[in-house]
Amino acid sequence: MAGKIRIRAQQQGDYTEVKALMRHPMETGLRKDQAGEPIPAHFIEEVTVTHKGNVVMHAYWGAAVSANPFLGIQFEGGAPGDEVAVVWTDNKGETGEGTTKIR
Amino acid sequence: MGMTIIKSFTFTMSVLTAMIVQAQEGIFDEYREMMGDDNPAVFVIDEGEEYWFAPAGPKQATLAECDLGLGPGVLEGAYAYLPRYFEDAGRVMDLEARLEFCMVELQGRSREDIHAKPYSLRGDQGTEMEALAAFIVDQSSAVAVSPSQDRPEERAMYALGEELFYYRAGPHDFSCATCHEQAGMRIRLQDLANLDSHEGAAGAYTSWPAYRISEGVVRTMGWRMRDCLRQQRLPELVMGSPASVALQTYLAVNAAGAELAAPGLKR
Repeated sequence: MAGKIRIRAQQQGDYTEVKALMRHPMETGLRKDQAGEPIPAHFIEEVTVTHKGNVVMHAYWGAAVSANPFLGIQFEGGAPGDEVAVVWTDNKGETGEGTTKIR
Repeated sequence: MGMTIIKSFTFTMSVLTAMIVQAQEGIFDEYREMMGDDNPAVFVIDEGEEYWFAPAGPKQATLAECDLGLGPGVLEGAYAYLPRYFEDAGRVMDLEARLEFCMVELQGRSREDIHAKPYSLRGDQGTEMEALAAFIVDQSSAVAVSPSQDRPEERAMYALGEELFYYRAGPHDFSCATCHEQAGMRIRLQDLANLDSHEGAAGAYTSWPAYRISEGVVRTMGWRMRDCLRQQRLPELVMGSPASVALQTYLAVNAAGAELAAPGLKR
């Protein structure tokens, strides 16, 4: 289930607006389940947004980010039709990727 | 002198409280606006579709032929007409009761299996029931809530729901109405809907099932009923039970005519 990204990129005059919704549990490692056992930490550590292969945003995330995180950014230099990609890596080494074209 | 201070203090407190409430509501509105159509429930809807078409149970059958009231496999708009009476089952059913019926009849699954964990617990990423509910309800988007009240069984279900709504019980002597029969009230910072009015019932009924931001999962209408009863310290409401169907019938009929906008997005 983890790994899916819903991504949209839209040209807004001078800049491109990217909105990405990621399917991820984002477990902090501090919660306990119904039986009282700790739920292991499982969260996204790195997120990268690229425009035609060039990095336009790189972020380090942690356990404080919500489950199924939503990311919104704006960058300059994009044009309709260009490819935008969002990639994340979590603390278990799993990755998720989504690509779209700027509308 | 002392009186004036207390009065102005009380006044300041109530103004402050009003401001906090307003700020809170503003924050959630802002949050919803920022999310736009990006409700995380979209993932759960996809997962529900996978469950719908996946063979399961001893018969290794899918739910694709499940009749939600508009014919086998017809999903578009079907949720809007629930709860309703089903000839083949001989009783009034809500969505969850009907799904359970299909899982038993079509897939040969046991009641124990279906009731083992219908709703997510802490740390879960969603259950089959939650995913199926999200998938099915999504296909009644913008359809008017139209529960049938043609049959005596359906009218009796509404009457039972109304009775339960006002029935005070438990260690706190609570009924649903204790919190939900006045407009403009709140508990902590949450607005409480007046569920015996059309407006209040419509707001609630059309927005569930919903993605709960604080829990990271989609919650169903049946879960909402069950959790309200838990908060009243009443015995656990069984999914698909007559009491659950009755309460949902009461809300659906009070909300009749309003357009469904589920799965919604909640705090």
